[in-house]
Amino acid sequence: MSVGEIHVAISSDQDIVSARQQGRVMATELGFSTGDATLIATAISELARNIISYARKGQITLKMVNGLNRQGISVIASDQGPGIPDIRQALRDGFSTSGSLGLGLPGVRRLMDEFEITSQPGRGTTVAVKKWKQ
Amino acid sequence: MEVPILKQGAVLIATFQAALSDADLNQLRMGLVQQVVKFRSRAVIVDVTAMDVMDSFASRTLREIAHMIRLRGAETVIVGIQPEVAFAMVQLGLTLEGVATALDLEEGLAYLNEKFKTTN
Repeated sequence: MSVGEIHVAISSDQDIVSARQQGRVMATELGFSTGDATLIATAISELARNIISYARKGQITLKMVNGLNRQGISVIASDQGPGIPDIRQALRDGFSTSGSLGLGLPGVRRLMDEFEITSQPGRGTTVAVKKWKQ
Repeated sequence: MEVPILKQGAVLIATFQAALSDADLNQLRMGLVQQVVKFRSRAVIVDVTAMDVMDSFASRTLREIAHMIRLRGAETVIVGIQPEVAFAMVQLGLTLEGVATALDLEEGLAYLNEKFKTTN
């Protein structure tokens, strides 16, 4: 199977749709169930939405990852936006600074198996998530 | 993106497509409320069977549609949320509190018929 790495530039609401569609296609190609592909596509939608809401533009990278006896998908959302001053606060349910629902990050964490966030105020934010095939 | 809105008596039926952008959803919200006013509709059924992702923005828009339509004195029923989509919504912490939902179009119409019968 040759599923390469896909980069999706995020700078408009149309790109959110495009990113989650490409994520679903890749997840399906990798053999994820429809249910898991939906979780992955939903997580991508939220991550892309955060990029638009907080940084205006950025990038989503989708790729296959190999673990010990398992395969998965990695989704990396990165931007050079304002960054998150307090990550712990941002990971709490109900927290938002953009007037959105503020469920983004904790929700994405629940949708996926692995979740990592790095952010530097003034430099940008990178959220890296993974989901493993059952 | 064009969303077909069907008028069936006092009920409007809007069928949402799979790949709706935020702009499409905003447009829909306005369009639907305007149609409710224009046709003096008593209810709206929003069919989301084709939607494969319901993220925070989409579910907020659905809630807003329902609330706006209620302010007009009409009812909204969301029908056809797919099981995987429902699962993802719950994981994400999204709710459609205060909004009526039904399994499919048929059940949605049955719910409204029942409701109109008892309020008449």
